Amino acid sequence: MKEVSDFSVQKIEHYQDNDFMLYVNPINKKLNQGKPGQFVNILVEGSPTTMLRRPISICDVNAETNTLLLYIKQVGDGTRQLAQLKKGDNINIVYPLGNGFTTDNVKNPLLVGGGTGIAPMIYLSKELNKKGIKPHVLLGARTSQALSLKNMFSSIAHLHITTDDGSEGTKGVVINHLIFKEITTFDYIYTCGPNAMMQAVASIAQKNNIPCEVSLENTMACGIGVCLCCVTSTTTGNRCVCTEGPVFLSTELTNFLIN
Amino acid sequence: MADLAVSINGIEFKNPVLTASGTFGYGEEFDDFLDLGHIGGMVLKGTTLHARDGNPYPRMAETAAGMLNAVGLQNKGIDYFITTIYPRIKHYDTHIILNVSGSTIEEYVGVVEKLNDLEKIAAIELNISCPNVKKGGMAFGTSASSAEKVTQEVRKAYRKTLIVKLSPNVTDITEIAKAVEGAGADSVSLINTLLGMAIDAEKQTPILSTVTGGLSGPCVKPIALRMVWQTYKAVKIPIIGLGGIMNAKDAIEFFLAGATAIQIGTANFINPAVAVKVVDGINDYLERHRINSISDIIGMLKV
Repeated sequence: MKEVSDFSVQKIEHYQDNDFMLYVNPINKKLNQGKPGQFVNILVEGSPTTMLRRPISICDVNAETNTLLLYIKQVGDGTRQLAQLKKGDNINIVYPLGNGFTTDNVKNPLLVGGGTGIAPMIYLSKELNKKGIKPHVLLGARTSQALSLKNMFSSIAHLHITTDDGSEGTKGVVINHLIFKEITTFDYIYTCGPNAMMQAVASIAQKNNIPCEVSLENTMACGIGVCLCCVTSTTTGNRCVCTEGPVFLSTELTNFLIN
Repeated sequence: MADLAVSINGIEFKNPVLTASGTFGYGEEFDDFLDLGHIGGMVLKGTTLHARDGNPYPRMAETAAGMLNAVGLQNKGIDYFITTIYPRIKHYDTHIILNVSGSTIEEYVGVVEKLNDLEKIAAIELNISCPNVKKGGMAFGTSASSAEKVTQEVRKAYRKTLIVKLSPNVTDITEIAKAVEGAGADSVSLINTLLGMAIDAEKQTPILSTVTGGLSGPCVKPIALRMVWQTYKAVKIPIIGLGGIMNAKDAIEFFLAGATAIQIGTANFINPAVAVKVVDGINDYLERHRINSISDIIGMLKV
């Protein structure tokens, strides 16, 4: 069930790439843990330009401390305002939203995250861990400085890295990584990040007949399937990314794959 | 508790707070957030004779204190509504109004003919003001003669309450309001969105796939208030006011300007439980001002 809840900021960690991690707890409530790939919609207060909520994917949850982790990059005034939050501040969140990744019947998956799309791969890895799977995770970033979340994967995944400038891992984009030479050893691929990256990954998956789930980030107004602004073109017509996504099988999307 | 009930053409609303078409789906999407029985009514998503896939993405651009949309009436058509959606929502303890759109007069008539016998649909809101479709839509609502013509034809085909939703993209909204009143409309709702556009300066491209779209949100409220006030002085039929209402204070402003009821639109996107808060806030206002009934403030602006 979705809810509108007030959260209090427990901690905010600022990184080196205009990015930060927000640790928030629902006030006098138990956290709805949702599932990997779902997102939350955060109300921004005090912004002269940003009226709509900011959709942010769930990076991780800590059931013991009742904490939701949200990884955010400053891109506009809304996220800049969120970056000003301090411990003890309150924020209003509508959550959990969207469908999330499917993890049933998956044995040896590859997770590919790029940019802020790295964030949901943490919660997804932990979910896979519960099923006895330590997944291979490939992260792509512009530079080593943009890999703020890298250490969070150390115990939960086999980590692989590419950077555009070669400052860490393989130089180039994610599909330049050698792991794609062994792509047929994987039975499922999850990807979240810039569209060009996901399109490249999904195209390789398709050529090798491996199911591939992509997590889209279309601009949206409501987050609950009523404004119909965030639609993506699918084999069954225009569908809302906020409710029927953000996760789609790449084969459901039209005009998405690169031939 | 103040008396919040209002009546429009014999429909008794428990309170004057409705939700606006295109911002509230079919109501059921809000079940997790509020009790629909606490709002006066809901106006459902614009419905056409045949299914429409709407416009390509991107359909939305956020602007200062507002947003542009270019959805383009995506819906599955009236038959799907009647067979699949209506049975799911008819139990709600609130009035249900269906927004009806079309590209031709025949299409409007084709839809409303199917609605006469749907017991739970209390009224239709005739959308002659959608700025996001190539044919019809706003074209009907921007001239008094075409607005009159489509209202007349729909009036002949539809037996129950007919609300006509007016476009603000006109020189004089009172001319259109008077024309549809004369053609048999029982009420007018205003305003629909204002035609606008947004540009990505870096890419030197429009943000919306359709280049232009409809502006809504708090930035349009002063225009909406002005048009409600002008229309209130021009027609006798009740007015449903909308445009940038975010809270109870905004709603009160519309009642003072002459609205009998109000609709909440874009605010539903920001707080899905806002409609009930507005109902409570209106009651608080009336109690604080020792006013017994919402009817006592309609059009009571002290000028």
